[in-house]
Amino acid sequence: MCVAVPVEIVKIDGTEAWVNFGGVQKMVSIALVEDVKVGDYVLLHAGCAVSRLDRKEAEKTLELFKAYTMMQKE
Amino acid sequence: MKYLTEFRDPALTKTLIQKIEKKAIQEVIIMEVCGTHTMSIFKSGLRGLLPPQVRLISGPGCPVCVTPQSYIDTAIQLTERQDVILTAFGDMLRVPGTEGSLMAQKSKGRDVRMVYSPMDAVQLALDNPHKEVVFLAVGFETTAPAIALSVDQAKKADIHNYSILQSIKTMPNTMEALVVEEDIQIHGFLCPGHVSAVIGVKPYRFLSEKYGLPAVIAGFESLDILMGIYHILDMMDKKDYKVVNEYTRLVSEEGNLKALEMITKIFEVTASVWRGLGSIEGTGLKLKQEYENYDTVKKLGIQMASEQPVKGCICGEILKGKACPLDCRLFSTACTPENPVGACMVSEEGTCAAYYKYGEFRD
Amino acid sequence: MELITLAHGSGGKSSHQLIEGLFYKYFRNDILEQRNDASVLPEILGRIAVSTDSFVIHPVFFPGGDIGKLSVYGTVNDLAMSGAKPLYITAAFIIEEGFPLKDLEKIVASMSEAAKAAEVKIIAGDTKVVEAGSADQIYINTTGIGILPKDMNIGGQNAKGGDKILVSGTLGDHGTAIMALRKGFEFVTDLESDCGLLSGMIQEILQAGADIKVLRDPTRGGLAATLNEISQQSKVGMLLEEGAIPVKQAVRSLCEILGLDPLYIANEGKLLVIAAEEDAERVLAVMKNHPLGKDAAMIGTVMDSPKGQVYLKTEIGGTRILHMPAGELLPRIC
Repeated sequence: MCVAVPVEIVKIDGTEAWVNFGGVQKMVSIALVEDVKVGDYVLLHAGCAVSRLDRKEAEKTLELFKAYTMMQKE
Repeated sequence: MKYLTEFRDPALTKTLIQKIEKKAIQEVIIMEVCGTHTMSIFKSGLRGLLPPQVRLISGPGCPVCVTPQSYIDTAIQLTERQDVILTAFGDMLRVPGTEGSLMAQKSKGRDVRMVYSPMDAVQLALDNPHKEVVFLAVGFETTAPAIALSVDQAKKADIHNYSILQSIKTMPNTMEALVVEEDIQIHGFLCPGHVSAVIGVKPYRFLSEKYGLPAVIAGFESLDILMGIYHILDMMDKKDYKVVNEYTRLVSEEGNLKALEMITKIFEVTASVWRGLGSIEGTGLKLKQEYENYDTVKKLGIQMASEQPVKGCICGEILKGKACPLDCRLFSTACTPENPVGACMVSEEGTCAAYYKYGEFRD
Repeated sequence: MELITLAHGSGGKSSHQLIEGLFYKYFRNDILEQRNDASVLPEILGRIAVSTDSFVIHPVFFPGGDIGKLSVYGTVNDLAMSGAKPLYITAAFIIEEGFPLKDLEKIVASMSEAAKAAEVKIIAGDTKVVEAGSADQIYINTTGIGILPKDMNIGGQNAKGGDKILVSGTLGDHGTAIMALRKGFEFVTDLESDCGLLSGMIQEILQAGADIKVLRDPTRGGLAATLNEISQQSKVGMLLEEGAIPVKQAVRSLCEILGLDPLYIANEGKLLVIAAEEDAERVLAVMKNHPLGKDAAMIGTVMDSPKGQVYLKTEIGGTRILHMPAGELLPRIC
């Protein structure tokens, strides 16, 4: 329902920020996400960051996928 | 595309599918509520890789598709006014009204503009002080914060020529409206990941607690979706029904409080009209009284057009998951992506459009 | 700043100045020098290929090119797709009053340069100026004439089961480069239009003596539209390997943000080749050797059935239909 992608914050200017997504840059609003800093990832939808990406959780999920597939092989 | 491509790994995908094959001993019907899930499933060809006993059906989670015809009719009427610039998301332009679409209005030379963000519409209002800039405010909880922010910004900047034509919808109550129907056959839900990024996990708990249905909040890449399906099968196997959050990298228990605050600052809950489903209590958002000046209908003193049912179209049944696009007499004959009749053919991620576009390999 | 006015298209003194000072200056050649209502060409021995195209693009200057270069290469490429050697083109301009003269000069200079690169002569032309608001800056129509070598039979009807499908490089560059600039979107990328001349690469492929069935440049509607057209013309099916299709990272990214598919996006300098299976590797090597073909790839196979359908094998091993695009490409948000 909602096309949204995880983007990296490269420069902050008040409630707006330049973000990068695989070679595409855009100025977006970060007014609705708490405490973000350069290097953080946020979810971009309709020109607005709507959520923060938790890197540790992302890695955990990937580890989980790998663990599941390891179990399969055994 | 970090945090995206890793979750599409072909090798891991294969092994997960094998796991699902082992788990799926009986027929299971899972509804992916969200249109972006539908698109992702078709685009990756995932459906054809799943064992036949796992059936995925598409729910009402495409806000463009479920926008009622009367809403489009009203928007079309607005474009006839010289003092209005109408702005909308790209996919709204093709949505058919009773007669014509906004794209057709644009061809006639009416001032209809595509925007990427509601904030761009506010900017347009600033640049065109003698015009009323109307934004077609459609979307679910993912889009609602951006729309709320646009109204908040317009008010703070003293911009008085910006308003929104409201049709914002919300998910959890809509899902409840689906499960209370007796003849509905859904064994589990894939919950919309990006809506959840805003509202969190809590609002879905009723699915397992009240209705004993397993549900998984899942991301949009193939591994996310497969993991979601696996969790549902596993819960059914163990008869232990919960709402599992697979999309922890973006979805927290409480959701994004700052975004939720912005929504409740600007909007309050209301009933909403869904194309094919009719009016459902508690599934919409409308501007609070103090923001009424940003409501196009009140501000311009216009009437919403009335809703006329579309003959032969079974969109309502498709949105409820009771019918498949191939059951519809109009599908791919009278109703095609070039000339959509019903909601589900309108958006590229509408159930019918997805079936049409990414139909499975058939010899 | 000097602007184009209605007088420049009136046939009077201003028109004359424009023609002499600009068009003759940049396009000068023996045929154009005839200065008559019709240009008379030397005898051409053999079958003649003709192609015409009108160019409208916003913005007229874009990263990687401009409307002038596009209007020459576009028509020359279309001629080359039949296996013809391009010889001549005509150029007709419809200009909106108020268009800066120096921009017109830039465009005309760019056309002249492109014509030199393509080794074609610009042999006839026309200019009309319309009132402000009646056109979007400038439109250019070009018509090209080329000569076909004997026994040349290349066309969309010739694909057969077993043939291989090749592309000369990354897909979707032009369309996304333009879209990123679109008002209201304003994405910053280092993407450039692939606006380029394909006749050189085609000559090299033809000289390699390979059995070439179809040549096309997948412009509007992208690879998906072009392959659907060919599969209908040749009454064959096609199966593509998603993983083999070259697409630039930034193109992928922008498409992901806007909910679009790179395979539906326009190219302006990419060659699609369908060649007999036994010659495919050789053709690929020739393409890769050409400066415009370093990212060339073999992306799929023609099948006897199902007729008129194009399928894509996805990276995770699923299969889906690649439909003919429907209507204008609209970015999706929801």
